[in-house]
Amino acid sequence: MITLFSLFLLVLLVITAVAVVQTRNLFAAVMLLSIFSLLLAANFLLLDAADVALTEAAIGAGISTVLFLGALSLTGEREAPRKGPRLLYLVAVIAATAVVIYATFDKPAFGDPQAPVQTHVAPWYLEKTPEYIDIPNVVTAILGAYRGYDTLGEVFVVFTAGIGVLFLLASGPGSGSKRRGSRLTEVGQVTGLRHYLVPRVVGRLLVPFIILFGLYVQFHGEYGPGGGFQAGAFVAAGIVLYSLLEGEKKALDIIPRKVLMGMVCGGALLYSAVGVLGMLMGGNFLDYSVLLDNPVAAQQVGIILIELGVGLTVTGVLLSIYHAFAARGRA
Amino acid sequence: MDQILDILSWILLSAGGLFVLVGGIGAIRMPDLYTRMHVASVTDSAGAILVLTGIMVQAGLTLATVKLAAILLFLLFTGPTASNALASAALLSGVRTQDKDHKAEEDHSS
Repeated sequence: MITLFSLFLLVLLVITAVAVVQTRNLFAAVMLLSIFSLLLAANFLLLDAADVALTEAAIGAGISTVLFLGALSLTGEREAPRKGPRLLYLVAVIAATAVVIYATFDKPAFGDPQAPVQTHVAPWYLEKTPEYIDIPNVVTAILGAYRGYDTLGEVFVVFTAGIGVLFLLASGPGSGSKRRGSRLTEVGQVTGLRHYLVPRVVGRLLVPFIILFGLYVQFHGEYGPGGGFQAGAFVAAGIVLYSLLEGEKKALDIIPRKVLMGMVCGGALLYSAVGVLGMLMGGNFLDYSVLLDNPVAAQQVGIILIELGVGLTVTGVLLSIYHAFAARGRA
Repeated sequence: MDQILDILSWILLSAGGLFVLVGGIGAIRMPDLYTRMHVASVTDSAGAILVLTGIMVQAGLTLATVKLAAILLFLLFTGPTASNALASAALLSGVRTQDKDHKAEEDHSS
């Protein structure tokens, strides 16, 4: 039954993907991409990967759609006519597809207990996590502690991406480009949804709950699905909603750009600092067990701290990018 | 008792599924944006309420039911709001209803 439902979702995924490629209206493409992410999240959930599903739903279907719309408000919603040798593209795509499909023949069958992924380190993680870290969500233990380097790398990828987008888009007050925004922005900047009573009232009601849920996901990540990446997306989404309802300026009054930059850098620094602190106290880089006398409690403290760092950076980067788009659209 | 609950949840889920189906068909068949939204909102309201209530009957008095109730409450707040925002945005950007007087502007709005 699950397999059938999974197949159904995968077929829908393919249909959505084809529709994304086919449509010339970029606005529709963004919406279809959001649906694509939501279907993918449902599929992940069917495979019992709740953490990944939450990330895909929050970041793929949620906040990245908002950022795409922000980008569209700068570029317009029509795709430029395609040029070039279409036959060549077709051949390249078919060749690449054939290679990928050929590669899948080597993959172990779905759910095969003898597959390398089931026999390599996974049993060790599942067996030893209660002893070493003692938190129920093994995914958080792997991300935060066992594979701490990888997660640190991810945080710096997010950090670098944020800095890059800000370099491309940032415009000082008054020095913005003369580029004409699309109709969407013009409506947005005149009204900022201010004249719509219903979205404003309901949105105001929802913003605190969205941010509260983000904090829950942040600090409950050791017990259930969640963690810094998802929480950052939720909190950022709450503040973006507030900014859409009340105007960008009010949102910037609450969290000014300087604070945002502090969050972007501070989160990454906090993560690294926890690692360096471990070194100073006689352990390896990102070895949390030396932070306190009790190694298990120290691991938990370390994970909470680095998750906080991840959450700060992700929130800061997403909000900075949103504000950069909004400022550029207004200029 | 269990059987009664099963039958009840079966009825609720089927009725919810029917409303979702009707919403889906209507969203394809209706002539313009506003009538499409009107039909699609059946999915949000009747469909969601019936399906979620059906699952709640299945779940019984557990934490899952509380979570489902919270989801339902959230949907009842956000669904109509999203419809309202969509309709306002469409009206503001000049999408017209499709009737005989506005046939000429059909291309403009699509």
